[in-house]
This record gives sequence, C-alpha cells and structure tokens, in this order.
Amino acid sequence: MNELLVLELTILALAIFVGFEVISKVPAMLHTPLMSGTNAIHGIVLIGGMLILGTADSTIEQVLGFVAVVFGTINVVGGFLVTDRMLEMFKQRRPDEPDGE
Amino acid sequence: MSRTWIDVAYLVAAVLLIVGVKRLAHPRTARSGNWIAAVGMAIAIGFTFLIEEIDSYGLMLAGIAVGSVVGVLSARAVKMTAIPQMVALFNGVGGGAAALIAGSEFHRHAPASGGLEGELLVGILFSAVIGSVSFWGSLVAFGKLQELITGRPLVFPGQNLFNAALGIVLVALVALTAVTENGLWLVLLMVAAAVLGVLFVLPIGGADMPVVISLLNACTGLAAASTGFVLHNTALIIGGTIVGASGTLLTVMMGRAMGRPLVQTLFGAFGATPTGGPAPAGAPTNGASVRTASPEDIGFMLAYARRIVFVPGYGLAVAQAQHDVRSLGELLESKGVDVRYAIHPVAGRMPGHMNVLLAEANVPYDELFEMDEINPEFPQTDVVVVVGANDVVNPAARSSPGSPIYGMPILDVDKAHNVVVIKRSLATGFAGVDNPLFYDPKTVMLFGDAKTALEQLVSAVKAV
Repeated sequence: MNELLVLELTILALAIFVGFEVISKVPAMLHTPLMSGTNAIHGIVLIGGMLILGTADSTIEQVLGFVAVVFGTINVVGGFLVTDRMLEMFKQRRPDEPDGE
Repeated sequence: MSRTWIDVAYLVAAVLLIVGVKRLAHPRTARSGNWIAAVGMAIAIGFTFLIEEIDSYGLMLAGIAVGSVVGVLSARAVKMTAIPQMVALFNGVGGGAAALIAGSEFHRHAPASGGLEGELLVGILFSAVIGSVSFWGSLVAFGKLQELITGRPLVFPGQNLFNAALGIVLVALVALTAVTENGLWLVLLMVAAAVLGVLFVLPIGGADMPVVISLLNACTGLAAASTGFVLHNTALIIGGTIVGASGTLLTVMMGRAMGRPLVQTLFGAFGATPTGGPAPAGAPTNGASVRTASPEDIGFMLAYARRIVFVPGYGLAVAQAQHDVRSLGELLESKGVDVRYAIHPVAGRMPGHMNVLLAEANVPYDELFEMDEINPEFPQTDVVVVVGANDVVNPAARSSPGSPIYGMPILDVDKAHNVVVIKRSLATGFAGVDNPLFYDPKTVMLFGDAKTALEQLVSAVKAV
C-alpha cells in the first residue's frame, strides 16, 4: 500500500467525521436549502472534469471531459444560485429587526 | 505554479466549504454560508487552472462558459414551486460528470496492460457505478416531480426477481471490467447502473421524492470523492466526502421529519406489490357524499370565527396563491379573527418549501406554526381552511394501517370544529391515496383553483 493512498484515506476518514459534525440539529425549514447548498458543493467534481479535459490526449477523452466540465459547471453555478434564491426569501422577515416596512 | 501551492489553495477552499456548510445549517447564517462555500469553490476552480500538467484551455473555457449560461438561466428562470426538481437536475449532472470522469480515466490508463493498479480501478468503478445511478435516478425524480412520469409508485410483476438478477449482472460486470480492462465492459456496467438508478426511484411515491433526492445528493458526493482518489486531488476528496456524509445525515433527518423510517420510504413499494393498489380501510366508496358550499357561505363562517388556521399545500403553490391567502388572512385579522398558518414539514414538495413561499408573500414569521406546535390547537380552532393540501391532512395516515401513507405524521385538521377544503377536484394527492377527510360531515368543499377561490372568499368576507 503506497504512502499517497494512506494519506488520501486519512483525509477521507477525517472528512467523513467533519461532514457528520457540521450539521447536527437543522430545523425542517432549512432542510431543502441545505440539501441544495451541499448539492452545489459536490459540483466540485468540475475540477475533476477540468483536469481530464486539460490533459486529454485523445478525442474520446476530450469529448468526455468537455461534457463533464459542462455538467460540473451547471451543478456549481446553478446549485449556488438556486440556493441563494431560496434563502433570499427568508431574509426579509425577521420581526425583531428594525429595518423593512 | 508548483503543486504545493495548489494544494495550499485547495486547503483554503476546503476550509471555506466546511464553514459554508456549517453556516447553512442555521437560519441566521444560512445565506452567508452559501456564499462562503461559493467563494471556496471559486478558489478551488481558479487554482486548478494553474496546475502545470494542464496544457489546453480552449475547450475547458468553452465548457465552463456553456455550463455557466445553462446554470444561470435555469436557476433564474425556475419558479419557486419547481425548485425541488431543479435541485434534482443539478444533482444529476454532478453524478453524470463523475461517471464521465471515470470513463475518461479508464480510457487513459487501460491501454497499457496492468495500467490500472488496484486503487485506481476501485475508484473508477465506484465513480462510474454511483455516478450513473445518481444521474439516471435524478432524472426519474425530476420526471416525477415535473409530472412527466406518474407520481404513484411504479412496480411491475417479477420486479424483485429482476432486481436480484440486475444485482448479479452488476457484480459480474464489475469483475469482467476489472479482469479484462476492456472498456466495453465498463460501458455495459454503466448501462446496468443506469437501469438500477431508474428502477430504484420508479417504485417510490412522489411524496417521498425529497428524501430520494437527498439520498442521491449524498451518492453524488461520494462519487465525486471517489474521482478524487482516481485523480489524486484532495479538494475533490474533501468536498465530495463532506457532501456524502452530511447528505446521508440530512436524508435520515428528513425521513424523521416525515415520520417515515428510511427503509420503508425506499423499499416500501416492493412489499406492497401483490395487493395491487392497496385499498385504504375506511376509504370512501362511490356512495359517500361530499358537501360543497358557496364562497358566500364560507365567507360568512370565516368572518364570525374566533380562530382560523390556514393549511397551505402544493395546490396553493401551483396557483401562485400565496399572496391571496395573505390578503384573506390580513382581512380576517382586521375583523379580529386569530389567524394562524400550519406548516406541515413537507408542505409543498420539500421540507421548508412552504416557508419559502409564504415568506415571499410577507406572511409574518410568528403566524407560521410547525406541525407539533399547532396540532394540540386544532380542537380549539373554529375553522381550518385547507388550501390545496391533501396527503398531509389525510386522517387515513392515523387510522388505516393498510394505507400507503399510514404512520406519516399529519396535521389533525379533522379535530377542528369546521373544515373548509379548497381544491380543484376530488382527485387524489401526490401519494395517490384517497382522503376520508373530504367525506367528513364537518367538511365543506370549495372546488376551484386556489387563487380564484381565495379571491372569491376575500370579496365574500368583505361583503359580510
């Protein structure tokens, strides 16, 4: 087993714990925005697409990489924007805040 | 730029992503959390351009441009009511990207015999299978929510046998791909995974779609993390894994909010196949009668009530009637009526969906009540007005063990003194189950589009 793999597995194990810990008690109201926000984050797969497209040395790799980059970008851009649109709705109503009306 | 600096940038990006998710989980910080995560993402993407091995940028920039245009346009154009299916689509393309990356890396390494050492192969197979399941499963979920496919659970005879066979085929294809390192088997493996994704989501009822999308979201996260092992990229491993882990937890929380154990949600339809559409006990037969009333009568009842609870559902969202329910509520308040809104955890199509819609219409925060707060209040409520909701107020969930929605927590509107149901027709709700509430003697129905009906009620109350 090589050193790099062990290092990567260490990162994996720690990231699993972080993922569980960061969301402990979430009100039902935020379930959808949270799902949508994490949905945008796995759009990080885009950088995988960029790596294979940028180093592609055959047409088929270029085609696969190009589609992967398009898909990944849609995931990232669409994901963050749609999450923001949802959360924007919550912003305006906070009775204890003086602004508004 | 040297690899070390790239990895430092990835570390910064990962920290921002984690902080972003943490803030997303709290109402006050959610919006800034989303943007912090987006900044982290931008850093990760920006520094990827600087990796030395990358030697061609044209196609990459073109792909990002195309994806951005599609992403911006669809996120902007989508109606608030259609957001759940949009999330499903965004999730699907992410899974698709992971599967394509797996395919491309396989193609790069396979020609040299023995080019695929163990970890690489495992990573590729995992991303290919999970990515493909996620892509196709999300498309079916989209189809169900968009009502391109029926929201009812779809099952066919011999499905269990077919699934078992599919499982064996998948294992065989994994083995063949690993041993022969022949791309044909990998393609077939992805096709089999696609069939699995479709068959996994089809038997699940439309009302359970949010939980399914959340689960597929976690799957895409894991598929992305797996591509990180293939490409030796820490940002991918961390970003993907965090979504995989938090998404799994979120899926369980959603299941709990809906009062349905996850296993029952995901596999419930399989057990129910032989009965062929279970007839809920106590379901109305053709003989049962429904009372209807004119808007004027109902307006009179509302104007003289002491306490009214509105139960908004998806029908309200579809008709874009959130502003009209707000006007009616305000009008009644001006007449001294105590007005409240009861929000079922899954009102609309997803947890929190209805809160978003009512917030858009400026309904005050303190008039929104969650299910557990409002349920004990119904016996003291004079009139409940159900606007385009169905399954979430179906008493069969309490009383009919045979019903597919049995055990789902509902709003106990049938305990109020009077119930007004505004609905387009007597058609069943998203879960495809008949609703005995409509046949309850204290229920009156007002048939029509939610917006029109509410407008009629506003003028009726004004006239009182």
